[in-house]
Amino acid sequence: MREFSFERAGDAGQAATLAAGDTGAKFIAGGTNLLDLMKLEIETPSRLIDVTGTGLDRIEQTDAGGLRIGAMVRNTDLAADDRIRRDYGVLTRALVAGASGQLRNMATSGGNLLQRTRCPYFYDTNMACNKRSPGAGCAALDSGGFTRPLGVIGISDHCIATHPSDMAVAMRLLDAQVETLDAAGNSRSIPLEEFYLLPGDTPERETVLEPGEIITAVTLPAPIGGHQAYHKVRDRASYAFALVSVALVRQADGSGRVALGGVAPQPWRRAAADAELPNGAGAVMARLLDGARPTAQNAFKITLAERTLAAMLAEAEGN
Amino acid sequence: MTTDMTDQRSAPGADPGDRAAQMRSTVRFTVNGEMREIEIDNRTTLLDALREHLRLTGTKKGCDHGQCGACTVIVNGRRVNSCLTLAVMQDGHEIETIEGIGAPDALDPMQAAFVEHDGYQCGYCTPGQICSARAVLDEIAAGIPSHVTGDLSARIEITEDEIRERMSGNICRCGAYANMMTAILQVSRGAP
Repeated sequence: MREFSFERAGDAGQAATLAAGDTGAKFIAGGTNLLDLMKLEIETPSRLIDVTGTGLDRIEQTDAGGLRIGAMVRNTDLAADDRIRRDYGVLTRALVAGASGQLRNMATSGGNLLQRTRCPYFYDTNMACNKRSPGAGCAALDSGGFTRPLGVIGISDHCIATHPSDMAVAMRLLDAQVETLDAAGNSRSIPLEEFYLLPGDTPERETVLEPGEIITAVTLPAPIGGHQAYHKVRDRASYAFALVSVALVRQADGSGRVALGGVAPQPWRRAAADAELPNGAGAVMARLLDGARPTAQNAFKITLAERTLAAMLAEAEGN
Repeated sequence: MTTDMTDQRSAPGADPGDRAAQMRSTVRFTVNGEMREIEIDNRTTLLDALREHLRLTGTKKGCDHGQCGACTVIVNGRRVNSCLTLAVMQDGHEIETIEGIGAPDALDPMQAAFVEHDGYQCGYCTPGQICSARAVLDEIAAGIPSHVTGDLSARIEITEDEIRERMSGNICRCGAYANMMTAILQVSRGAP
């Protein structure tokens, strides 16, 4: 690990001010991903700003009837919150499908959104990776690498990594917004739909956040009810990243929403696919995965996504 | 403690000694009820602070990447991977390690149950397993749901499925899981 200086920020404004203009600065909260990447020298901040003392650890009602989740709310607390369990069940289900009990006790809402891919070539510093070293190439694509866990849609010729979060898939389904603050004191609210960037030819750029801009909260709109479920398919029954995950809200009239994890560089959802929900899983996936470019190793994800949704719809109809 | 944060920016031409000083911190936290103060390189994980600075070697380093759970300790009442948190971030926190849970002549019920049921072979993962197992029962009692919890609005029952799911962040290379399950279930029933 490289050396770094360490400071504590007392509030989000102070954190943004401290980070302003310093490209070596990084915010640290739960640290479960950042510290791991620092050990591997994939992340090499010269300065860490501890934001756990910024007071952003509450879940509050919004005027619009939704919830405002502070960026420092730990994954365990978010999953266990009575309002989340009752009104946004898909979010609790997604959270508890991810990581381990120890990690959920540390990981935060803001940090979970910003976690990096678990593509094995991103993690192996002996291998080429355009995300880690722009222009270096992609060992997965260029050298006939191991692509089974990697992305099938939204990917580019430069990077086929997936976003690993379960939480973000449920938040995308729920039309969450990301609230941020910059050093000038400007706050903005970014729909999660617009928060992540597709890799294109700049896979090192993953979100629309500007340098020094800090996530202060994630807001959820008023509850939408319906049958809510999250189904994660993985190589182990617990404590593994998704091959495919499906988040579903299905209303009594058959309408609803679908989002996918494990297939793309961001939580994957399309309005045109949501509209097909009354017509079944095949119709939804024909729209949702239209344009997919799977490899021979991960083409199974297309079939798996459809069958997973079909199973979830059968369960929803049985309720 | 770090110094006032406004003094921490390194200016061009700054004294190299100042820069070296910025890379280190003094941190105070409670370990097993005792206030400790250590002066450390900022890179020191809580795990390394416990083992290498405080000589509390009951907490084990397995993978050092949050994957195995051998380093599990309790911080402010919650189990965490001590390898994935910085010691400098623990200022003012209360830490409990396996040394604070029990002693050879005064075993915690979970330790006694692991001994009774052979909940280990080599024993390297055991401190982490015991810290986690105690926390799992607390988390179920507190109503924190898991991946296998059925009704999110109902009281959570202690079942083998719940324990298995919640213990998945602790790996045992010897595969002593079945005996650990027996031990944890025994403690959950309040049996001696």
